[in-house]
Amino acid sequence: MEALLGSLREKFGFRERPKGTLPSVAGAIPRGALTEIAGPASSGRTSLLYSLLATVSAGEEFCALLDTEDRFDPTSAAAAGVRLSQLLWVRCGGNVEHSLKSADMLVQAGGFGLIAVDLGDTPEHAVRRIPMPAWFRLRYAVENTQTALIVMARQMHARSCSACKIELSRNRALWRGESPARLLNGLEIACIRTRNHPERSHFVIPR
Amino acid sequence: MFACLYAPGNLALLVECAGYFSPLIEETSPDTVTFDIDGLQWIYGPAEQIAAAMQLRVGVEASLAIASNPDTAVHAAVGLRGMTIVSPGQEAEVLSPLPLYLLGGSPEFARSMDLWGIRTFGEFAALPTLGVTARLGDEGTHLQRLARGAGHRRLRLRADPQVFRAARELEDSIDLLEPLLSLLEQMLSEICGQLRTYGRYTNEVRLRLKLERAPDHKTALCLPVPMLDAKVLLKLLQLELNGRSPQAPVEKVWLELLPVEPRSTQHGLFLPSSPVPEKLEITLARTRALVGAANIGSPELLDTHRPDSFRIGALKAVKTPAPLGLRLAFRRFRPPLSAQIWCADCGNPIKVMSSLGGGRVIACAGPWRTSGDWWAGTHWERQEWDVEVQHMGVSRVFQDRFQDRWFIEGSYD
Repeated sequence: MEALLGSLREKFGFRERPKGTLPSVAGAIPRGALTEIAGPASSGRTSLLYSLLATVSAGEEFCALLDTEDRFDPTSAAAAGVRLSQLLWVRCGGNVEHSLKSADMLVQAGGFGLIAVDLGDTPEHAVRRIPMPAWFRLRYAVENTQTALIVMARQMHARSCSACKIELSRNRALWRGESPARLLNGLEIACIRTRNHPERSHFVIPR
Repeated sequence: MFACLYAPGNLALLVECAGYFSPLIEETSPDTVTFDIDGLQWIYGPAEQIAAAMQLRVGVEASLAIASNPDTAVHAAVGLRGMTIVSPGQEAEVLSPLPLYLLGGSPEFARSMDLWGIRTFGEFAALPTLGVTARLGDEGTHLQRLARGAGHRRLRLRADPQVFRAARELEDSIDLLEPLLSLLEQMLSEICGQLRTYGRYTNEVRLRLKLERAPDHKTALCLPVPMLDAKVLLKLLQLELNGRSPQAPVEKVWLELLPVEPRSTQHGLFLPSSPVPEKLEITLARTRALVGAANIGSPELLDTHRPDSFRIGALKAVKTPAPLGLRLAFRRFRPPLSAQIWCADCGNPIKVMSSLGGGRVIACAGPWRTSGDWWAGTHWERQEWDVEVQHMGVSRVFQDRFQDRWFIEGSYD
């Protein structure tokens, strides 16, 4: 197979993609590609994103978060293992265009292990207005780099521009004990990860 | 080995030329510069070739001497025109025809020499040492050693400038950004050249513009890492001036660069890549122009229990131990979302309504009462609940005890 790929590469001048993926509870996230994480509120999207930021920053890489609606909570991220000093946090004040432009500039600057665009609480009509060329631009900008570009929203929007799609939904919230000594214990999440074909899984996010 | 350049009235040029060859430079007099050239033979070859390179570089008519000690080099350069190479052991022979006044010394020494009929270095060097010491003391002994070309001393090195600056006064004032940037480009490349000569980088750029009938426009760029790329600095100045342009035509421009040690980082082959500082700084400046300077940076937690307390700092790699693993994350509403909450007799929330929607509370946990800063004027006190609301998700709500109002602080996600 390798020999065949080599000869095809020689003949058609393929550009070789940098190898590497980021491990996560929802499956491997590819570097050098756009990944979409989608789900409603309390579906574990942010927890998954923070765990990826923690993995990248633990590997002494820098990461960036384009926070469209100013929803990032540094305390919660630090508790999830994110090294805040290695995280570039850009607050875009609800402006989707600024968020995507900043993501494009940071991808072009290079050297980041992960760049995440948080559109999780952005109104759907604003996200739907993002033109397809903007997604294509991001896809081509991140290609052949070691950066994993992640877009988190309520629904999938990038269509064929994303190499990996992760759809999350909340099965139930986990509570422990009885009132007044009751505690929120975590969330039970259902996940569908689509790269070549859909893979279903379930996991629990503990508090 | 030491070299000396002598050219009346051209000290700045001589220093610049010397700086090209050596960092160890002495401004011996207003016309003379002496510098250490040990090791240059590995680059240029023999002393003749070093001297030829220096003569090419200096660009004006200057006397040049190379000798094994600084004083011999100075005397040869000042006393002999053109290029002089003094080989070790031949110092006395080369210096011997020079007039004695070049040696300096006190008026008493000059008078004694005049009385004795001594006119040249050679005649003075030939006098018996014991006799010179007995009649002229320490000064005579020291000067005779110099006349023989046997002086030994360290260079009195010039201190590096504290600031590298350039200024331009304009005949016609500039009212557009493009010609101003073109002028800044020239000035930056000039100052960066000077910094390079001194082996320094900069971490602060200060720009001052004198405006027509308006107060001066001042701008300072503080760089997170030392840099020396004139193009990068120009781009940063351009972005800064684009965001905050001068309010009137510019009459005069001052530009200052503060020198610092160059950055030295050992990169590992197997370490993950990180953003190139110059490129990152330009990207951050562009992003800052887009979203505002206060909205970009690295978050730093503050040592307080007050919720949502952080400050924005600079991006840097710091190894801090952090637990890895999946943990329930929180999405914070800034500012907290005002909500209407109905509670049961026992105090538990039973229904939540807000601009995001609302519904019946399926499960809840709480209350947790927190307060702080009672010793300051920013006293806060609240009680929190974790609530699972139908059709809304799992959120954290709190009641502000001072305002007696309910808010949704954020959601667990």
